Amino acid sequence: MLQTAQRQSKTKKPAPPHERFLEAFRWMLLTRTLEEKLVSLYRGGLISGGVYIGKGQEAVSAACGLFLQKGDIFAPLIRDQAGRSAFGEPLLDVTRTYLGSRQGPMRGRDGNIHRGRPQDNQLAMVSHLGAMISVTVGALMAKRFKGEKDFIGLACIGEGGMQTGAFHEGMNIAAVEQVPLVIVATNNHYAYSTSNDREFACQDLVDRAIGYGFEGYSLDGTDLGACLEVIGGAVKRARAGRPPQLVVASVLRLSGHGEHDDASYVTEEIKRELFARDCLKVAEQTIADLNLIDAKTLTEWRKEAAAKVDEAIATAQKEAPPEADKEDWCAISTRDLVDSLE
Amino acid sequence: MSITYLEAIREAQAKLLRDDERVFIYGQDVGGAFGGAFKATKGLAKEFPGRVLNTPISEDAMVGTAIGAAIEGMRPIVEMQFADFSSIALNQILNNAGTHYWRTNVPVPITVRLPSGGTKGSGPFHSQSMESIYAHYPGLIVMTPATVEDAYTMLIEAVAIDDPVVYCEHKYLYYHLKADKLPTEGVPTGRARVAREGRDLTIVSYSAMVHEALAVAEQLAGEGFEIEVVDLRSVKPLDTNTVLASVARTGRLLCVGESFPWGGVTAEVTARVAAEGFHLLDAAPQRLNAKDTPIPYHPHLWSAHRPNAKEIARKARALLRE
Repeated sequence: MLQTAQRQSKTKKPAPPHERFLEAFRWMLLTRTLEEKLVSLYRGGLISGGVYIGKGQEAVSAACGLFLQKGDIFAPLIRDQAGRSAFGEPLLDVTRTYLGSRQGPMRGRDGNIHRGRPQDNQLAMVSHLGAMISVTVGALMAKRFKGEKDFIGLACIGEGGMQTGAFHEGMNIAAVEQVPLVIVATNNHYAYSTSNDREFACQDLVDRAIGYGFEGYSLDGTDLGACLEVIGGAVKRARAGRPPQLVVASVLRLSGHGEHDDASYVTEEIKRELFARDCLKVAEQTIADLNLIDAKTLTEWRKEAAAKVDEAIATAQKEAPPEADKEDWCAISTRDLVDSLE
Repeated sequence: MSITYLEAIREAQAKLLRDDERVFIYGQDVGGAFGGAFKATKGLAKEFPGRVLNTPISEDAMVGTAIGAAIEGMRPIVEMQFADFSSIALNQILNNAGTHYWRTNVPVPITVRLPSGGTKGSGPFHSQSMESIYAHYPGLIVMTPATVEDAYTMLIEAVAIDDPVVYCEHKYLYYHLKADKLPTEGVPTGRARVAREGRDLTIVSYSAMVHEALAVAEQLAGEGFEIEVVDLRSVKPLDTNTVLASVARTGRLLCVGESFPWGGVTAEVTARVAAEGFHLLDAAPQRLNAKDTPIPYHPHLWSAHRPNAKEIARKARALLRE
């Protein structure tokens, strides 16, 4: 049967398709630049609430966003800035949400990585992990009901979220409904401070694929070329009507859970693992080794990324925050049915 | 011809499927020839192929799937096999559906049907009334129809409403309640109904307890008391004005609900009347709920656990004497 977990051979190194590789690299670069800036704003006390970054996971995430088309459904999680940007989220959505502009998509009502644009197929995650899998399934079923063609959904999860009941129900119902879905699970080796040995006891998370009726693939998430090939392949198979796809990427979270967390629990031993490499540096090395672009171009790209980020931050900083007395304090859209004490 | 409360729910769903191609029904055992644990969808899978779908025993994913479909333009109806099992889907209902419009400006028009309340012999996990939990959370409409007519028109309205609706249908009423025919139009949600007029005491209730209250009103009429019975119809929004207007006429309030006693709908009604209609009251407002234990299995225990006509009458008489 096809529903067999397949593992990518570790020795085989695919030659990256350069154009796509460089495109993904630029989303990674933009994300790293943006998130470093967000971190410094947070440290300067300019951001309310937490800051959650995807350092070390940009290659996986960028590959997720890059292969999606308009009309596809994307359910990113907290470390998916690169994927969100590649899918089309404007930088202003990010800076407005973090900096509390009332012009942001969440208008001050929700913060940081909970933002989304469901009207544009980018779902707005809730903090309860695993919950967005079935929501993605439902959106795909709706598209099928409506007779739309050539669409897929891609939902991100971590190895932490994979241990929830909601994840289990979501995976199972996705396979029962046979929707064109890709689940990209990034094992960053820590659920907040808890390491893999207290998270799950199976040998390899990708082995779960067959149990759900998914096709499963593993990859080294620090290798952008591998991310593009494996995630791109999964997207292609989902689009072609194959069973739902599970991709498990191995990385190390190169930050705290949030910026409030110094991640002192991350062991020195794990930092020496292959999956602990910084995917951005690995990609840069590939670019240098294969001479894909020259140093001058890379410097230009860095400058461009910094300029875009600075502009998005400056714009959001100039904008007014939400005001409590102008808020309508109404959680439903049907105004006639608001429960009023008057 | 007569039609039961349960048949009204089935007929409403048939009409919805017929009139609106965005509607589909999603739940355990709702499809095939089976038609649901209570037969509320009997025959619908055959009449509407591909739109009445059996699901795995996955309450969280059933509602999550409905949310995704609703965001994408559908009007799903989720049937929980028993209201009690909606506890598994609390996260999707409260944290996902209930927050979505507020957070993103995109409403989530799902309807979650909860076969609610006690029937004898059903025990702790097949008898619960969950309306107070859902009403507590922002972003949800909570309907509690007490009549065949409301069961029909409110379910149709629930699907038309752009916001998530928790529709609590009472299992005891399924077969016990009959009407001559289905209405063509109903009272809009958010408006309570005076089920019986009176001037000595207002009993506010909803769902199956309305019928216990009406029985008590009839009984106490024989003792010379005129009791007004208000059927809330929906507990969120809660029609405080109709309740206050009734209390203005009677000066006395007893609020009766089948759910557990700590907090909840009866506490909310009592608090609102105390806060806004204190001057209207001739006696301290009272409330009556089930006991603060899990719902017992044995009929002897069960019938004493929930408020019943005898207990309501006792409480009413005490209040009338004050």
